[in-house]
Amino acid sequence: MAELNAHIPEGELTDKWTKLRSSMPLVNPANKRSIEIIVVGSGLAGASAAATLAEMGYKVKCFCFQDSPRRAHSIAAQGGINAAKNYQNDGDSTYRLFYDTIKGGDYRAREANVHRLAEVSANIIDQCVAQGVPLAREYGGLLDNRSFGGTQVQRTFYAAGQTGQQLLLGAYSALERQVGMGKVEMFTRHEMLEVVVVEGKARGIIARNLLTGELERHSGHAVLLCSGGYGNVFYLSTNAMGSNVTAAWKAHKKGAFFGNPCYTQIHPTCIPVSGDHQSKLTLMSESLRNDGRIWVPKKKDDPRKASEIPEDERDYYLERRYPAFGNLVPRDVASRAAKERCDAGYGVGNSKLAVYLDFKANTERYGRIEASKHNIHNPDKETCMRLGREVIKEKYGNLFDMYAQITGEDPYELPMRIYPAVHYTMGGLWVDYNLMTTVPGLYALGEANFSDHGANRLGASALMQGLADGYFVIPYTIGAYLSKELATKPIPQDHPAFVEAEASAKGILDKFLSIKGTKSVDHFHKKLGKIMWEKCGMARNEKGLKEGIAEIQQLRKEFWSDLRVPGTADEMNPELEKAGRVADFIELGELMCMDALNRNESCGGHFREEYQTEEGEALRDDENYAYVAAWEYKGDVTFELHKEELKFENIKVAQRSYK
Amino acid sequence: MSTGNMNLTLKIWRQKNNKAKGGLVDYKISEVSPDMSFLEMFDVLNEDLVAKGEEPVVFDHDCREGICGACSMFINGRPHGPKEGITTCQLHMRSFKDGDTIVVEPWRAKAFPVIKDLMVDRTAFDRIIASGGFISVNTGNAQDANNLPIPKVQADSAFEAAACIGCGACVATCKNASAMLFVSAKISQLAQLPQGQPERYRRVQSMVAQMDAEGFGNCTNTGACEAECPKGISLENIARMNRDFYSAKFVSEESI
Repeated sequence: MAELNAHIPEGELTDKWTKLRSSMPLVNPANKRSIEIIVVGSGLAGASAAATLAEMGYKVKCFCFQDSPRRAHSIAAQGGINAAKNYQNDGDSTYRLFYDTIKGGDYRAREANVHRLAEVSANIIDQCVAQGVPLAREYGGLLDNRSFGGTQVQRTFYAAGQTGQQLLLGAYSALERQVGMGKVEMFTRHEMLEVVVVEGKARGIIARNLLTGELERHSGHAVLLCSGGYGNVFYLSTNAMGSNVTAAWKAHKKGAFFGNPCYTQIHPTCIPVSGDHQSKLTLMSESLRNDGRIWVPKKKDDPRKASEIPEDERDYYLERRYPAFGNLVPRDVASRAAKERCDAGYGVGNSKLAVYLDFKANTERYGRIEASKHNIHNPDKETCMRLGREVIKEKYGNLFDMYAQITGEDPYELPMRIYPAVHYTMGGLWVDYNLMTTVPGLYALGEANFSDHGANRLGASALMQGLADGYFVIPYTIGAYLSKELATKPIPQDHPAFVEAEASAKGILDKFLSIKGTKSVDHFHKKLGKIMWEKCGMARNEKGLKEGIAEIQQLRKEFWSDLRVPGTADEMNPELEKAGRVADFIELGELMCMDALNRNESCGGHFREEYQTEEGEALRDDENYAYVAAWEYKGDVTFELHKEELKFENIKVAQRSYK
Repeated sequence: MSTGNMNLTLKIWRQKNNKAKGGLVDYKISEVSPDMSFLEMFDVLNEDLVAKGEEPVVFDHDCREGICGACSMFINGRPHGPKEGITTCQLHMRSFKDGDTIVVEPWRAKAFPVIKDLMVDRTAFDRIIASGGFISVNTGNAQDANNLPIPKVQADSAFEAAACIGCGACVATCKNASAMLFVSAKISQLAQLPQGQPERYRRVQSMVAQMDAEGFGNCTNTGACEAECPKGISLENIARMNRDFYSAKFVSEESI
């Protein structure tokens, strides 16, 4: 059994990172030139890590399945990025960001990691601005901030509703600069299909060139997986169509433990499903909750249009239930509250699986302020709405346009209809404080690891974590490992481990093509998604999870006997790519259900119906479940549980309250 | 179920690979719902093709919310279809009507060779960025972000240029297959910010040189790129790039 040691440095919480950073073994510049690092994924974590490591002098190879690193799914993040700058003079601090994140994660994250994240958060903003990332500014020329859920300070930096795009393009530019200088070799349209482990250490990967179908061997002294989250296990999610778990799952099967797989974030504000043809769901940024008020009719099955329902017949249920945080409660709380109202028969729209997100009150309020700026006294309602709409448009214009495109409705006139959807996965490969998995030399960064968000991620924290890991953590921590690898010569690619890994990847591809069954990959993916959403979604229970496991096992059998993949393996073949991803999702889905079944408590995004307070809030069991569930792959889709106990020495563990 | 009642004829460019000769192939598709996106309609078509044992149509797509820039279909003679300000993935079938014939082709430009069917190779864009589309600042070199105030108007204008998603619609629609809107957007973003000044003239020269080397055509000020850009990138950026390019050649001490 591999040892589960988180390698958290000794000392006071506030000194751990500084001390470690100053005492970390270094690799001298001459030696860096002969050390090769493989980076899988080119999103915020991957691009920032690849660029920074190349700047430091390492030889880097970076891989992405998209046609350009700029298209990694970080690009779609909308709302913002947190940093403890306290520019707003509202009492923010490193400690407060640390505290909010631990509490937001429902006390299921590691204190030391989260504190480090809060410490480096401010450096990220500095770095991005230096790269020319055009974050939003005020008229004085200084950076603007807005509020996000689960906090009472304004610490979120943003670029309209395109923060992820701007941050990723910053990291992409830094990466391409290194590509231009010949320090990073970029492999686009390549998908990692195997990790190569030589004498217990990660020494390379097998990647498929998606253009030619050729399997390629790439060796390195260390391998970094920055391959994102696995929300697409639910088929419908806000993830991009190509987002997948394959890189992480192959690593898992080669010995990397999988941490907290059941922790899934269901985002409260997404555009509802419109029909069976739906291929993905679209998020409406959490930032909208700054100015939008969420409500349902007070009357059950109310057939009236939103505009016909008078103010006193509307139930602003978040403001009613959580007066202190109101519409800005954390995502898990907001999502469950929406589900509760819809299940109770108060949902709106044709499907009745939606609630309203209404901007009218704040549009009018902004309009009144604008009118007063323009010396218009006692403005009429129409003037207020007209002026207010301009303000709303500047803040959220692109989001409103997206909504109008998808639904065919004008959100400036009608309230948005929203419903929760799968968005982010807090679980991921288990890593220690240095971001190393249980396989020496194999690291996981960003959403691909499990480390910082506990059982629920706060809004605007994913961008922060991805960039923290890539720009400011791995460049230091990887030195501790590589400084001991100086004597390691370039890894020969004809080593039996490479031959075996390539044969295994080829065997799986050949198998897909040889089944010649009757059902498409999407058929199985949709079925899996339905099982996962119903049995392991927003609310889970023992019976459902057991049924889910049995159904997934059955689905796996059908998949491997009735799959149809057209075309061949030696050409561009998207169906073949999807087959590999869905095969891995099916195995992961089973593990997620097992993990959810094992965790006999509710925490954050993991809500077990058997464990709730009288008011329907998540009820943790700190005595028995204050641990990270790290699963080891034991072959043939079986798993063994290991536990990393979570110790809270700096925060008093309490029941979360946002009332 | 939300299957609809639209029946359509699709004429889709099929091409086995870069070497093969391609051509338009007709497909009938029925029960299309107006709430479907254009790409979801393609998903339905591909499901049908797989069921019939035929090869599905290959096309680039990923985020399906108009930001990654992967999708790239030339629909009825226009990049991203008939509506303004959106990408192919944001186009919904309510923009078409029952009985329509829709022609779908890949981006066409010498610098964007076809890979298969509707998928093209746009790596030229990455090479242009690698030639100078950045500010040379290593990680860890930055000062406090608020030590450098930037007027809001300038920051907003830089942001508008930075909103480019690198989809290549500008190239596809241009009769000269010029990449000037794409290149000038990056140059404009950085040229309008104080951080971008030290490399301003070096950047414009390198990027323009790489753009030419990739085989993109020249700009003749038709403005189709601006009209078809899903992100509304302005033609003013091209003017700014040209000004900087001439300044670099005539005034700047640094010529490359």
